[in-house]
Amino acid sequence: MGRSTHIALLRTWLESRGHAVLDTGMTRSVLAGRGIKEAKTGHTLGRLTMQLFYATDFIDRLENEMLPALRSGFVVLTDRYIFSAMARAEVRGIDSGWIRSIYSMALVPDAVFYLRISTPQQLVERVLSSGRGFDYWESGMDLGLGEDFYDSFIEYQTRILKVFDRMSSEYGFHVLNASRSVRSVAADLRRAIMKVVDESTASEDRVSPIQPLREKPTLPSKTPVNLVDLNKKALP
Amino acid sequence: MISYGQHQFPGKLFVVEGTDGSGKSTQLALLHQWLKAEGYPVFYSEWNSSPLVKDTTKRAKKRHLFTPATFSLLHATDFADRTERDIIPPLKAGAIVLADRYIYTAFARDVVRGCDRGWVRDVYSFAVKPTVAFFFRAPLDVAIDRIVSGRPSLKHYESGMDLGWSDDPEESFKIFQGRILDEYDRMVSEFGLTVIDASRSIERQQREMRMLISPYLKRRRSRSH
Repeated sequence: MGRSTHIALLRTWLESRGHAVLDTGMTRSVLAGRGIKEAKTGHTLGRLTMQLFYATDFIDRLENEMLPALRSGFVVLTDRYIFSAMARAEVRGIDSGWIRSIYSMALVPDAVFYLRISTPQQLVERVLSSGRGFDYWESGMDLGLGEDFYDSFIEYQTRILKVFDRMSSEYGFHVLNASRSVRSVAADLRRAIMKVVDESTASEDRVSPIQPLREKPTLPSKTPVNLVDLNKKALP
Repeated sequence: MISYGQHQFPGKLFVVEGTDGSGKSTQLALLHQWLKAEGYPVFYSEWNSSPLVKDTTKRAKKRHLFTPATFSLLHATDFADRTERDIIPPLKAGAIVLADRYIYTAFARDVVRGCDRGWVRDVYSFAVKPTVAFFFRAPLDVAIDRIVSGRPSLKHYESGMDLGWSDDPEESFKIFQGRILDEYDRMVSEFGLTVIDASRSIERQQREMRMLISPYLKRRRSRSH
């Protein structure tokens, strides 16, 4: 789907427009990134353990990277958010109420872009052209879905795709047809992101400049960052 | 997903809980010896023992990488691995599983660290409900004396230094353990913990423990009269 390509392009573009950018992604946390990679090299990672390890990675990045960056006015680009973790959990038969409550402290993103391909076969082409070949977990081999990596991959990714399609309407993803050229997908992404970024800077411009010195500063009507609140379920 | 209290396995799960220095590990070791000698299939499982998670936890503790939420989640990851590997399979096989510290340890510590009570309980809802959960309740000063006199220095997270309550590790440890004890006390009725008075002699406590679990044990043929 070219997620990392698009993130790299967006980063350069946003920075050239004067926005500070943090980019992050699944399993890139200082705390748990290495541990997850090591746990995945063996095939003994259980279903529940996997979900919680991913959640640890996510919350570490949320608290130590994303929140501080957002508070200092950065644009945060993240390659996968909680939705990938939730989809992987769902196809493994994990209770969705449980997984949602774990991620209840996540922030609601300003926008979620779903780079959608229409068939798993298209994903196979990417797997092969990347030169990495089939990965045990990406093929869902732990689920015993097919005779070999190819069969299992197709079945697993078909199920993942179905979950994403459902979540797409549930959480209001911006769906982009990722089967097109990198150039046209990138153009769509820029257009959509420009709208989000311009909206928030415009509201800031309205509030900040003319503040009488003696009065209490008024807060912008919309706080840019929702604070982490363990009591409040951010997700429906 | 089967959640807490719904599991139905032929095996039995006995867990010990309590503050540091309450003597719970000593008691569990004695119980372990006895059950083995009686011919029961016994499997022992310890807090923080998952081979998959161990290195991450060790590194994070050394480098002080934890926040209350990630401390909670990484320990839950460790516990999930134990549940999937060391707890559910032996219970299915009809064995007796002995656990030194269980979910109540996480509930006590994480809530003291500021995590929401309901959230922590949700995270651990996959846990198997113990057949009996013993809470070794020792007066705070007794427990603290045992720990402070027994080791050269207190560790950062063990003494709750990450919470910034005091710059003095011993002082911090005392405050931290006191709050943990309060959380345990709250959980006695919530989860039906079996309270053992840990200020009495080791022998008396062990006798009480054996008496309390015996109704759950099947008679063994190996037992000679």
